[in-house]
Order: sequence, then structure tokens, then C-alpha cells
Amino acid sequence: MPEQVEKPRSFQEIILRLQTYWAGRGCAVMQPYDMEVGAGTFHPATTLRALGTNPWAAAYVQPSRRPTDGRYGENPNRLQHYYQYQVLIKPSPPDLQDLYLGSLEAIGIDMGLHDIRFVEDDWESPTLGAWGLGWEVWCDGMEVSQFTYFQQVGGHDCHPVSGELTYGLERLAMYVLGVDHVMNMPFNDPQAPIALSYGDVFRQTEQEYSRWNFDLADTDTLLQHFKDAEAECQRILDAPAEDPKTAKRIIMAHPAYDQCIKASHLFNLLDARGVISVTERQVYIGRVRALAKACADAFIQTEAGGWAPEAA
Amino acid sequence: MPDLLIELFSEEIPARMQARAAEDLKKRMTDGLVEAGLTYASAGAFHTPRRLTLTIEELLAASPATREERKGPRVDAPEKALEGFLRSTGLTKDQLEARDDKKGQVWFAVIERKGRPAAEIIAEVLEDVIRNFPWPKSMRWGAGSLRWVRPLHRILCILTDEAGAEVVPMEIDGIAAGDKTEGHRFMGSGPFSVTSFEDYTAKLKQNFVILDAQERADAIWSDATNQAFAQGLELVEDRGLLAEVAGLVEWPVVLVGAIDETFLDLPPEVLTTSMKEHQKFFSVRNPKTGRVEKFVTVANVETSDNGATILAGNQKVLFARLSDAKFFWENDLRVATTEKMLPWLNALDNVTFHAKLGSQGERVQRIAALARELAPVVGADPDLAKQAAKVCKADLSSEMVYEFPELQGLMGRYYAEAAGLPPEVAAACAEHYSPLGPSDEVPAAPVSVAVALADKVDTLTGFWAIEEKPTGSKDPYALRRAALGVVRLVLENNLRLSLSAHLRTAADIVGARDVEDHKAFADIGDLLSFFHDRLKVFLRDKGIRHDVIDACIAMLGNDDLTLLVKRAEALSDVLKTDDGENLIQGFKRANNILTQAEEKDGVSYELDPDPKFAESDEERALFAALDEAGGAISPAIEAEDFAAAMAAMARLRGPIDAFFEAVQVNSDNDIIRRNRLCLLHKIRTICGGVADLTKLEG
Repeated sequence: MPEQVEKPRSFQEIILRLQTYWAGRGCAVMQPYDMEVGAGTFHPATTLRALGTNPWAAAYVQPSRRPTDGRYGENPNRLQHYYQYQVLIKPSPPDLQDLYLGSLEAIGIDMGLHDIRFVEDDWESPTLGAWGLGWEVWCDGMEVSQFTYFQQVGGHDCHPVSGELTYGLERLAMYVLGVDHVMNMPFNDPQAPIALSYGDVFRQTEQEYSRWNFDLADTDTLLQHFKDAEAECQRILDAPAEDPKTAKRIIMAHPAYDQCIKASHLFNLLDARGVISVTERQVYIGRVRALAKACADAFIQTEAGGWAPEAA
Repeated sequence: MPDLLIELFSEEIPARMQARAAEDLKKRMTDGLVEAGLTYASAGAFHTPRRLTLTIEELLAASPATREERKGPRVDAPEKALEGFLRSTGLTKDQLEARDDKKGQVWFAVIERKGRPAAEIIAEVLEDVIRNFPWPKSMRWGAGSLRWVRPLHRILCILTDEAGAEVVPMEIDGIAAGDKTEGHRFMGSGPFSVTSFEDYTAKLKQNFVILDAQERADAIWSDATNQAFAQGLELVEDRGLLAEVAGLVEWPVVLVGAIDETFLDLPPEVLTTSMKEHQKFFSVRNPKTGRVEKFVTVANVETSDNGATILAGNQKVLFARLSDAKFFWENDLRVATTEKMLPWLNALDNVTFHAKLGSQGERVQRIAALARELAPVVGADPDLAKQAAKVCKADLSSEMVYEFPELQGLMGRYYAEAAGLPPEVAAACAEHYSPLGPSDEVPAAPVSVAVALADKVDTLTGFWAIEEKPTGSKDPYALRRAALGVVRLVLENNLRLSLSAHLRTAADIVGARDVEDHKAFADIGDLLSFFHDRLKVFLRDKGIRHDVIDACIAMLGNDDLTLLVKRAEALSDVLKTDDGENLIQGFKRANNILTQAEEKDGVSYELDPDPKFAESDEERALFAALDEAGGAISPAIEAEDFAAAMAAMARLRGPIDAFFEAVQVNSDNDIIRRNRLCLLHKIRTICGGVADLTKLEG
């Protein structure tokens, strides 16, 4: 039997334990990407690094935004801004399931008392041109993580295959801490001199963004930004590989991918404003996917993407 | 003779794929072994979430040696012929024998194959089976290239005889076969070796794995029913869910939990659907009230608190889910009662049904117009039918149906009732999608029937108008199902209607809107024959031959499906009798002779034959019989008593047979010949009253 783990007392303690756990398993603990994204998968440490042959192991928190999920801070577990914890290891290690279960124990889920299940759930991101097979992981009937073996990203077969773990942090933490409404969850130690709840930190922002997302975001501006990001992404990728100033081969996969991320988030905002019809949706998704694929094509031409000068 | 045990141990296999995979493993392994000469007494396949297992009993220890002789080209044949022979036998020239044959010296190949030990063959076959396994979806993992449904971790492969167990040596992508497996992920005590299938199942059980899915399902079922019964409740049967849940656990532990009081006034279908779809819970009903009051969840683990934590967690998740459902239900009820579903109806205008066929709102208008037209035919009040059609799709805009599409129609009934609409209208909301297949129940209430017909006829004419017909296996809009639905609605309600006329009306209604690329129906016949095709499939399953139906389709009024089937049944029945079968032969003979004469002479012999030209008793008897039959058949057909008509026809068998036995139609006497041909024409006319018998095969 594993040693009895003391229960965490706050949201941040759960995050800290995951950081410590995965750092202890050899992952580079990275910081969130500094852009608005819909999920941790969009971080280039996942999307781009899942491509090519170079080994990779990263873990990080990623603030994620889903404008349509805004509920003005009133819904017990729906938020337009929330956190995902993301782990990506390439090639996927043979004991990834056990490593994952170890992380649950690290945050105080006792395998002797809970019912953990791997339930089929094939993951697909139409905007990233990516898919994989895996499960949603259930703890006592609640989905606590997504577990995926990436098969394709940006239209490219993954070789080797990355194992990706995504934890929905608020939901997981609420369960571990026994909290019924996300806003009541202790953010820091409840015994701290200045104890803060999740609501103290985020209730107001949820209200503000819900209002802006749903009613005020200027759709004409957003549409223009979408077009601009799309054009800039293409322009970056169209630039010749050799930089005339340094005479070095510099393919700008990451700056281009930033524009792809931007376009994706702008699409989500437009969706929340309700100005995208069902048929248009598919068109927009296709446009973002085209960008993601172009970025993936560019990335595998870089050294991080496995390109080697001697092989070329 | 040894027994073979194979276990492929992997990460969790999707529940829906397990049973099929176990069968595929059995079939492919046994096929491969038998093909290589290894026969066996019996085989069994098993599956759990983490393993596929195959046991084969009494396998040959080695494949038998074989000796095959093959005759080749003549010794003096060209070099090319010899080369081909050597290639096909895999021998060299010096291994051939020259033997004397009738035509001289001929090369003979003697191919001897030594028997091979079972282990060698098993290793080859198993590798081939693993590498080419027909998973619906498979994946790679790590840095390897092997594909499996999820990462494959162990291969257990042992041959067991009196001397003990031996591992079949093999390796595939770094996974070496062994004699080890492991038990339950959390309750098992690590890897262990096994020596036989009995040993394997026993040790698995000690390690908290029930190998047999049926045993797991039975355990779940009996434990769940007992626990429900002990509380004075009953489990709601759901075989599909049971099979799925049995595929999600290796060690089922049944837990019964309560549904919070606040949710008990939700419609039971909502409770059941939400619990099943999201949580894979069974519903537990109070037999006295019919209400769903509790749930059964099946855990995969025994815990020190007897499942208390697990149950509490599940209850919490359920609470959140049902809070959503209750929120939807209450919002929906408000729209239904205070706004009479108007916002939903308006919202349908913004939902595209099909780019070329407009919105759901436009579709509803069409269905309403059509339902009104159809109402008198099905005995429904036209205004009620129209009203029902107008609201039948309203629930598609409701929050509940958005969340649970499978509740469409059913929610429509609740909301129509809440809106204070007549019960016939509410029933039509629920029933108009039916029947959804060949065995689904067919609505009988007239208003429901009118809307159900209108819905399907509109769908069919619409997609026909935009040339989106089913092709081969592609039927994305389920048009075959819609047509079968119409067929069953008509037949099982005994409806008498001209389908063509209503298709025409529907086509006009579709055509009235600006359908892009709309081609007016120059020919409604193509759509009608699509219905006839569905009817053939439907009746074939009831034992009526397709040519029998063709013979009836050839008659006038073939768009009245009820009439058509009456004819087909009568014809089919009479064909099962000796008289009937022979009558057809006689009829065909008469018809052939007549047709040949008509073609040769370029005239038709439609005059009434005159008995005074009859030369023999047999001919006179036929005259009499035809008169009698004609007298009986006409009124029977008039009364649509096709059985009586066919019976009267069948009585002609004797006279017709006797006539052909005794009489030569093509007499030298022109007058007599013409009279006889007219007599044959009379046979043709009388026998063609129910169906066109020339269409019958054989």
C-alpha cells in the first residue's frame, strides 16, 4: 500500500503537488503560455513539440479561456476562464498509466477508497488537425482527466507517439477538497492570515468577461483581427528560410503559430457573440486548421522539430 | 494433446469493442492453426477491460507430415514450362523425378513437408494475428510501430500437456511471450505465472478478476435486482447498458444510491437517459408509483468503507447532472406553458434542415400542409392534424432535447401537454417519428398517423427533388428507413390511399418554395418504385417472393400499397398449392403460344371464342370452366377478395392441363385455330385479373 498522503487544503496546493510530482518524474516544469488559448493543448510545448522525433517531457499549468462557458460566476462549475494542468511526454513511457495514477495519489486521492476507471474517449481537435486515442479518466463517476496518445497533429503522423494528460484543475480540486461551488473553493491555505477563495480571486473577472464576451465584444473588430492574424500567419510562413540579416536559416514556426492561436481564440469570441452560423462554423474551423497545419509543416523543418542540417 | 492458452494484456480496451475482438481472436487464431495443419477439439474466447483471452483444448502437438505429388511438363517440353513448374513447386531441377507417362517422359515433383511442432506454428500465426488484428480503430504508442487498440503490455502464450506448461517462444516489437499475467489493477497482487486455463481463471479470481463477461453481467444483474428487491423496488432492464458496464469492470461491485428528492418530479425518461448517458447508471423504479427513485452504479473495486466514498462521489456527480436537467426542464416548461412554445417554433426558422431544402421551420409548414391533406384518408380531423404537425418539431428547440437528442418527440409530448394542447396533438408529437425500423411499433392514432406519414413523405419528396437519393450503402438521410416507415404505416393501419397522388401533392409543396436546383417531378414513378423496393424487402422477410410482388406491381393501382399487398398475399398463398403451381405452368404455356401467334400473325386474338367450334370434350370442358371461373372471379376481384379469385383460377388447372393434353392449338383449319387462340386469350384475361402472371419466375 502506498503511504497515506495528507489531503491538500487549497487549490494552489493541488497545483503545487502536481508540479512537484511531475518534476520528480523528470518533466520540465514549464510556465503557462502568454497568450489566450482554449486549452492546454494549444501551448506550443504540446502542439508543436508533439511533432518530430526529438524526445520531450513537459508539465505546466495553462490558463484556458472558453468564452461560451461564461456564467457570470454563478454556475457551480462552469467558467469562461479556468486552469488546465498539462503533461506531455514523448515517446509515451510504458508506465504512463501508473505514473498518472501516482499523480492522483499525490493530490490525496486514495486508490483504496475510490473507483478509478479508464473510459473510452477518442480525442480530436478539428482546429488543430489533431487526434488521438485514449480515455477520459473517471473517479467515482466524475471525469477528472483526459488521457490521450497523440496519433496526429497538424495533419502529421506522430512518430514517436506522445502521451498527453490533461487535468481540469478546478473540477478535480473541487472534488478532492469536497467543495460544491467553485467560487467557495479555498485558493490559498484557509488558515492563512489572508485566506482567499476562488471567488475572491475570480468572481468579478468572470462577471466582467461574461458580459464582454456575450454582449460587448465588437464583432467587426474581432472579424478584422481574425483576418489580420490569418494573413500575418501566412506572411510569416511565406518568408524565405534564410534570414538576409544574419544569413542563418531561421524558419519562424513559433511566431506563425502565435497568429494561429490568436485566430483560434478570436473565433471562440465570435462564437460566443453568436454571430457565427452553423455552416460558417465549419468554414472558420477549417481556416484555423489550415493555419495549424502550415505551422506544423514549418515546425518540422526546424531543429526543435527534428530537422538536422546534415540530413538535409 | 496439449491445450493452448493465450492472453493479450493491454491498457483499457473500449467496452464496445471487446466482445467482437475476443471473437476475432478466436476465429483468426483457429483458422490460422487449422490451415497450418493443427486441428483442435474446442476453443473459447473471453474479454475483460484489459485482456483478450483464448483457450484451445486438445490441439495437435505437431502438424502432420504431408506428401504431395505433382505432375509437371514433359521432359522435352520447352525450358519456360519447366521454369514455371519449378517456381510453383519451390524445387530445383535435380529434385524432380522423370517418370514414364502415356505420352512419354514427364517430370514429377514430390513435395514432402515435414510435420512442424505446434509451438512453431502458434508463434507464427499469433504474430500474424496481432499484426493484422481488425480493430475498428487502432493506435501506435511510444517509439514503436506496432498497432493495437491501446498499448499492449504482455503476451501470455503457453502450451500445457501432462508434462506441464511451456511458454511458446515468440517476440513481437519487444514484447516477449511468457507465462505471466496480472490481476485487478488495484486489488491484484502483482504479476503471477499460470500453468493452464483452469489455473489461470482460478488465479485471476484470487486476484479479483472475473474472466467471463457473461458471468460479470449475470453477477451485476442478480446483485442489482436483489438489492433493488430488498428495498421494495425494481431494476429497469437495459441489456445494452448491462453489456457495456460488464465491459468496464473486472470485479463488479453493485452499489445502490438514492436520487435526491428534488429531482423525483422530472419525467422518468429524463432521469433514465441522463443517468445512463452520462453516468452509465441503471434506473431503479418504484413499482407502485412507476417513478424512478434510485440508481445502480457498478464500481470496479471493493473498498474498506464498502463503497461509501464511491457512492457519495457518484451521487454528487449525479446531483450536478440532474441539476442541469432540472434547469432545462423548468426553463422548457415555462416556455411551453406561458409562451405556448412560440419561441421554439420561431427558432426553427433559424435551424437549417438542409441547405437546399430550407429551414426546419419551412419543413414544418410543408408537413402541416401535407398532414391536412392526408387527414381525411387516415380518419383524422384535418385541423387537428395540421395543428399537431405545426408543433411536432417544437421540442427540437428546447434545452432538454439539445442536451439529449434521443429524447426528441418524447419531450414534445410533455411540452405539448404543458401548453394545454389536445391529447391527440401531444401524442402525435411523441409518435410521429415512428416507426424507426422494421420492428418498431407503428402508431395507430389517426392524428399521429397523419403527421408521421406527412413527415416521411415530405422528407422523401424533398430529397428526391434535390436529387439526393440513396446509392448503394450510402443513405445519409435514412431515406430507406423513411420509405419503410410509410409502407408500414399504410399496411399496418390498413390505409387505402393513392400514394402517387400524395407524393404529387408533396412534390408540389416542396416545389412551391424556391428549391435551388429544383427539378420538377416529371416522373413521380421513380420515387414510387423506391417505395416498391422497400415493400419488396419488407415482404421478403414475410416470405413473399420478389417476383410475386413484381407480378402485382404490374397491375393498375399499384400505388395503393394495401391493395397491392392483398394481391401479393393471395398470389403467394395459391403458389404454395399444387394446383396453383401447375396453373401457372398452364397459363404460361397458353400465353406463350398466344404471344408467338400474335407476333407471327401481327394481330391480336381478342374476340370472344365460340364453343361451337370446339372439337373435343376437353376443349368444351375448358369453355365451360372458363365461363364458370370468369363468373366467379370478376365479382371476387370487384370485392377485392383476391383469395377467392385465385381459388377460382386454380380450379382451371385441370381443364387447362387436359386441354393442352388433348388439343393441338395450331390447327390446319384457320377458323378453328383462330377460335382456339381466342380461347387462350380468354385464359390470359381471366388469369390476369389479380396479377400479371407472366412476371413470375420458374
